[in-house]
Amino acid sequence: MSKFKKKKKGLPAISTASLPDIVFMLLFFFMVSTTMRETDLLIKKPFLPTASEVKKLEQKSLVSTIYVGKSKDSRISGDKIQVNDKIIDVKDVPSFIYSERALRKEEEVKYMTTSIKADKEASVGTILDIKEQLRDINALKVSFSTSRGNDLSGNYK
Amino acid sequence: MARRENSEINAGSMADIAFLLLIFFLVTTTMDVDSGIARKLPEKSPPDQKNDVIVKQKNVFDIVVNRNNQILVEGTDYVKVTDIKELAMKFIDNGGGVGNSIDGKPGEPCDYCNGAKDPASSDHPSKAIISLQSDRGTTYGMYVTIQNEIEAAYNQLRNNLSNKLYGRSYDQLLSDYDNDPTESLKAKIDNLKDKYPQIISEPEPIK
Repeated sequence: MSKFKKKKKGLPAISTASLPDIVFMLLFFFMVSTTMRETDLLIKKPFLPTASEVKKLEQKSLVSTIYVGKSKDSRISGDKIQVNDKIIDVKDVPSFIYSERALRKEEEVKYMTTSIKADKEASVGTILDIKEQLRDINALKVSFSTSRGNDLSGNYK
Repeated sequence: MARRENSEINAGSMADIAFLLLIFFLVTTTMDVDSGIARKLPEKSPPDQKNDVIVKQKNVFDIVVNRNNQILVEGTDYVKVTDIKELAMKFIDNGGGVGNSIDGKPGEPCDYCNGAKDPASSDHPSKAIISLQSDRGTTYGMYVTIQNEIEAAYNQLRNNLSNKLYGRSYDQLLSDYDNDPTESLKAKIDNLKDKYPQIISEPEPIK
């Protein structure tokens, strides 16, 4: 009887020793999945349109991104095109694609995709100009970057 | 002089340190998967080559959008952007005539179409062309929305046919193929793409 009682007395505290392990596991997950913003946007952050029939872009390393949006300076009107860290003119788009191609292996070039991240207020003329330039140099895979959603009424007013 | 027992090192603060780091990475993480509407641009034809293809007017579904984001289809009807999917589906799935001739054999009528078989509308999904002409001043949001509606129309038609042929939707086939790429799935997907090929033409914008 007394033996039985003794056992019950010392209720052990819950060990928190494994808590750091759990937290570290989460930590490593987020460390690995984090991508620090590589490009600083010189234009206003493009407000992407919404679309429901989107495809995910695979192989991020083969994607070159072109940003289109308004200048941060509100006095400057019109759409600005940004690649990497500089604002360029439409006719410089081919040289950007060539420089992107130079970074990849030759056999990967045909899988390269150009992602156009344009503001929904941008004018189609700019986008079509870019598309024409891309056609000229045979960079035919294009993706119009959008956010996923079913309510498209925000795209136009 | 009571000697203390050898106590364990207190690991309690370790969690705090880890939490601090964790919160930092949580905040800085951007898990943006880049997604969008994929399009393949047409290849540039050599300048000396004249390749004017003659297409019957009834096989072209004309969408014109002006700088005020107003949409005109077939040159006559002023429609809302949300109507485009329905109209495009009707047009593609019409099947009023015969398809392209393959290897010299005469084209066959579309046996999988559910359309009205109106002789004044498209002959066959493989002949149906959607033409999207935009103005330079159209907003990009509108342009993407129309592209999205066209894509949705094709996806819906492929879904319908896929349900009929394989008992699964086209989207389902695609996601299955992503998880487990097999030859038979690829054949099915290619067949569906073949039955409803996306033919979208974008003429020069209105100046």
